[in-house]
Amino acid sequence: MSAEVAIRHRQGAFLLDVAFTAGKGVTALFGPSGAGKTSIVHVLAGLTRPDRGRIVLEGHTVLDTDKGVFVPPEKRRAGLVFQDVRLFPHMSVETNLLFGWRRMGKRADAAEIARIVRLLGLEKLLQRSPKHLSGGEKSRVALGRALLATPDILLLDEPLASLDQERRAEILPWLERLRDIARVPIFYVSHSLDEVARLADQVVLLDKGKVAGFGSVFEVLAGCGAEKPLGAVLEAIVGGKDGDLTELIFDGGRLLVAEAGEKGKKARVRIGADDILIAREAPIAISANNILPATVLEVTLDGTRAEIAMRCGSARLVARVTAASVRRLELAKGLPVFAVIKSVTVEGN
Amino acid sequence: MPFLTPDESEALLLSLKISSVAVAVALPFATATALILSRSFRGRTFLDGIVHLPLVLPPVAMGFILLMIFGTRGGVGAFLKDHFGIVLVFRWTGAVLASMIFTFPFQVRAIRLALEARDQGLDEAARTLGAGAFDRLINVSLPLALPGLVAGAITAFAASLGEFGAIITFVSNIPGETRTLPLAIYTALQMPGGEAEAARLSALSIVIAFLFLIAAQTIMRRATRKNEG
Repeated sequence: MSAEVAIRHRQGAFLLDVAFTAGKGVTALFGPSGAGKTSIVHVLAGLTRPDRGRIVLEGHTVLDTDKGVFVPPEKRRAGLVFQDVRLFPHMSVETNLLFGWRRMGKRADAAEIARIVRLLGLEKLLQRSPKHLSGGEKSRVALGRALLATPDILLLDEPLASLDQERRAEILPWLERLRDIARVPIFYVSHSLDEVARLADQVVLLDKGKVAGFGSVFEVLAGCGAEKPLGAVLEAIVGGKDGDLTELIFDGGRLLVAEAGEKGKKARVRIGADDILIAREAPIAISANNILPATVLEVTLDGTRAEIAMRCGSARLVARVTAASVRRLELAKGLPVFAVIKSVTVEGN
Repeated sequence: MPFLTPDESEALLLSLKISSVAVAVALPFATATALILSRSFRGRTFLDGIVHLPLVLPPVAMGFILLMIFGTRGGVGAFLKDHFGIVLVFRWTGAVLASMIFTFPFQVRAIRLALEARDQGLDEAARTLGAGAFDRLINVSLPLALPGLVAGAITAFAASLGEFGAIITFVSNIPGETRTLPLAIYTALQMPGGEAEAARLSALSIVIAFLFLIAAQTIMRRATRKNEG
């Protein structure tokens, strides 16, 4: 499963020039507004025909401007969930759901349809009209409509953007389930660091129409974010109890947290860059529960501040400290240190 | 109808028949024209002008032109008569043709407004779900423009009831064949003591036209509400 993407497209003063190859799972297109996220999705779906480009989805070339290949959207099997939902107002929820299914070869059988309807919690809404649905319900119908068209690739353009905080919390678990059952690559457009950290497998960092970074979510996101930068995203297995705390085991060590879900399950952990302290020697008599051995990868000085990237097992940690601390601790590449973690956020899978 | 004489109700029913047939026959053409005009292409202004010409052309002039073209000695009229046995002149079908031409701009305008106001985003959504151009037109664009279609049809119907000049010039004033309400009013006025009849028929025309306009407005408003959200 893969999607090969290369696009060059000028729109007024804006130049979109990106190239990346996304593997299986969820690829987040992440960046500030105006970075070109939605433009990429529209090119992927075929709604925009770029000046130059080549897109290969699951082995099918759907766009190659050099060879004059352009598969129109209606033939492309790219399931797009729009930012503004776009349900057909003159049709029932059920007719909306089956719109693409009917036109894309009816690949899902009755059992599969029932499963998706149940998965998205739409059983009781089928005969309703979209205009009588809440924002969260509309988003779920839009997801179901795209899924039932059995696309080769699923494009989610800020599916949570039109929702308030509470509704987002309601939809996120549905998206996680979707990620776990979908057999096709998913592109997820978002400008929310938390959403991306929680859902993505890979991240394409976008800025002003260019790729500013590309790689695994565990690598790329550490250090991202301006106000509350992320220090690390890592995946761990829920272990046993240690007193009132639960163990989370990953290849860089173990973390102790208050809540982590069922034993043996995977959990995704987020740590804020400001919640990581650095010590040269293993601290003793300290209130923090989590102290991980790590190696300094890189020190980036920025005026009086500094960003320290560290390796801990396969995880990448980024801490923000002052330039004065860097001098005092003589932090440099290759130095073994201890990362003291003040708090972590855990999301069950 | 107890308050109308047989002649008067004949005129009323004839008017309703001619107008309904005119609107029904013109609707598909008006929809197609509106679709063409809602895109941009070279010569759009010209086509737009042709469509709207009947609004500014004197009806009598139009009736005369129709007579020249479709009269049995006119080119098209002779062709239709010889090959298909169709005669339009002095027949109610001719009145239908005249009504169609005069009410066409009303229909095109209402449908075009509805088509242009539709959400392009829904069209895009339908495309990504596998719907081709014709499929999208039938299942997305036209249903969403339906209120415009209905309102256009009703307005055209009401306007058609009042057509006088073109009908009397093209198909004359034959009782039971081409004497519609306006022509019956005119005929009554030509006779001594016909004022009472003319007044009754005029009042009737006003009531009918008003009812249809109200209906058009109501449908438009309901449909706008229905398609929100």
